[in-house]
Amino acid sequence: MTHRSVEVPVIARVEGEGALHITVDGDEITDLRLEIYEPPRFFEAFLAGRHFAEVPDIVPRICGICPVAYQMSAIHGLEMLFGVTPPEGTRELRRLMYCGEWIESHILHVFLLAAPDFLGYPNAIELAKVRPDLVKMALQIKRVGNDLMAAIGGREIHPVSPRVGGFSKAPRRRDLEAFLPRLAWALEQMPGIADFVASLPAPAFPRPVEMVSMVNEGEYPMNEGSMASTDGRRWTFEEYETITNEVHVEHSNALHSVMADTQTPYFLGPLARVNLNAERLTPVARECAERAGLHVPEVDPFFSMAARVVETALAIEESVRIIEGYVPPDPPMATAKPRAGRAMWATEAPRGTLYHRYDVAQDGTILQAKIVPPTSQNLRHMEEDLRLFVPDVLDRPDEELTRLCEMVVRNYDPCISCATHFLRLDVERR
Amino acid sequence: MIAPKKPRVAVFKMASCDGCQLQLLDAEDALLELAGAIDIVNFAEASSHIEPGPYDVTLVEGSVSTPQQEEQIREIRAESEVLVTIGACATSGGVQALRNATGRHEEFVRTVYPTPEYVASLEDSHPIADYVPVDLELTGCPVDRGQLLGAIAALLRGAVPRVSTVPVCVECKRRGYVCVVVAKGEPCLGPVTRTGCGALCPSVDRGCYGCFGPAQEPGNTDALGRRFIELGLSPREAADRFRFITGWAPAFREASEDLRREEAPA
Repeated sequence: MTHRSVEVPVIARVEGEGALHITVDGDEITDLRLEIYEPPRFFEAFLAGRHFAEVPDIVPRICGICPVAYQMSAIHGLEMLFGVTPPEGTRELRRLMYCGEWIESHILHVFLLAAPDFLGYPNAIELAKVRPDLVKMALQIKRVGNDLMAAIGGREIHPVSPRVGGFSKAPRRRDLEAFLPRLAWALEQMPGIADFVASLPAPAFPRPVEMVSMVNEGEYPMNEGSMASTDGRRWTFEEYETITNEVHVEHSNALHSVMADTQTPYFLGPLARVNLNAERLTPVARECAERAGLHVPEVDPFFSMAARVVETALAIEESVRIIEGYVPPDPPMATAKPRAGRAMWATEAPRGTLYHRYDVAQDGTILQAKIVPPTSQNLRHMEEDLRLFVPDVLDRPDEELTRLCEMVVRNYDPCISCATHFLRLDVERR
Repeated sequence: MIAPKKPRVAVFKMASCDGCQLQLLDAEDALLELAGAIDIVNFAEASSHIEPGPYDVTLVEGSVSTPQQEEQIREIRAESEVLVTIGACATSGGVQALRNATGRHEEFVRTVYPTPEYVASLEDSHPIADYVPVDLELTGCPVDRGQLLGAIAALLRGAVPRVSTVPVCVECKRRGYVCVVVAKGEPCLGPVTRTGCGALCPSVDRGCYGCFGPAQEPGNTDALGRRFIELGLSPREAADRFRFITGWAPAFREASEDLRREEAPA
């Protein structure tokens, strides 16, 4: 019997650090571990004892790619607990800021992290040598997202203006209107990008999955709503921790999430959101789905890249709509008076649902915090994907096997800094 | 004629959020230009092509936080001609250094992880310079993209990069922003924090919270602490202003410790 061991010591082009070990005896996988060696940073522990107003400055530091998601889940939860209603216009401005993050994060993933695999390049810089126009165009769209975040938040990585109660300062109408021509240009590029993604040679990997996303009346979900799954489960943010469970496994500094009743994994992120919210897509987003061949229900995780393109178009269309109707909130924020109790909220980070819970004292001191990032919720599902995927490609040489495994993992755009926050592949063949 | 060899550049990450190396990916056009002038031979977040050392210039993000990283940083130093640490984590331990000197590390592990024996973590989060000599430190949470690209460009020319070390307060006056302490009574670390952000927080009507760490001459942190108390903060709340994103940097650490002693009279 042949023994084979495949080791990917550093999973490249993912956010954060992880490795993959696979041991194969004959054609049976005897061990498969997605190891998260990104060191723990203990955010939940040191949040305890800090003042609530500091939370929007602490939690974005969990992730440099999706800082807005962390700020939003925390701020909404605390406002709900305190009974604060932010000034009129805040809701739309927050959604616009989130659109900026979706654009920036999705384009970063599609072009800089994922596309090079499909075309056989080690990175986007090499891809840019062959397709300079494509990469430059993508980088310009990404820049629009980054600039939107900075125009609202002061800077795109760890924005400073979002506060419990609103924004410390709201951008001027003319500063946002200046984005309209750039957004119009970016939107024109999207159908072509959908065609490009459709042209990439991807393995077919349909498999039964339970997908989970937020849903909200009348809009594609970002900041508000409740939870839904493709198996028909429905729950509120308050029920999040009873419907799902986190389990700790030895090879990972990130916790894994499963459904509490069935102990089965679930799948979050852009593909889940499109599946559960297809009727709320905007017109160009719909066109992109059509061109990329993404028809719901779509259960193949390799359609995640197409879903990111669809959502980028949606975020651009939403940005245009919001800016056209923008009136700066005045005053920019409401006073938040703390109240003792428990804050629970989730928002849709680019990678999927991000849940926060805070127990707060009467004087506004955080007593306990719990943060459940999308990547840790997806980890169990990623391992299961690999278990199902690897047997079909075991005949490939180690180098190609490694690349294919990394692609399976990258479908999730894992953000390992968040999950502990990814891949050394270690295939041991016996 | 043989073309001159391009400098070999590596980017490594320790305990961090990826935000500082993301500044490189966010540099977009400049990234492609830079890629023409250097060989990025080891940058796991951006490329699956990874070459072993030695490296001419190495950028390190993140703090030393596990026993493995203590080893790894020594190996990286040995392979690197010039070692540049980027960001608050690499230069002062980062926000995760809030666990330092609490005597509560074990409790922290238990708070976050149900099975603490699976987790290998050091009691304190350390700046890189605690372990190995560092040639250049670029502070900030995140590091400023302009400073980072400027420093790389200077190193490529063989020049010594110059980084501004004046306080945010000076930058604020230069830009003509209204003082948030005077106008709004907001506690602000601007007088003692080095600039790099462009006085970002005062520009959006809030006090500075110290992302770039203490200015070269951190000035009178005692007087600033007293001013915070006059503005209505308790000594503990005033201490927490210093004990934050760059709270493990020596000047801020001392300031917060002094204020905490005030809170707990002997």
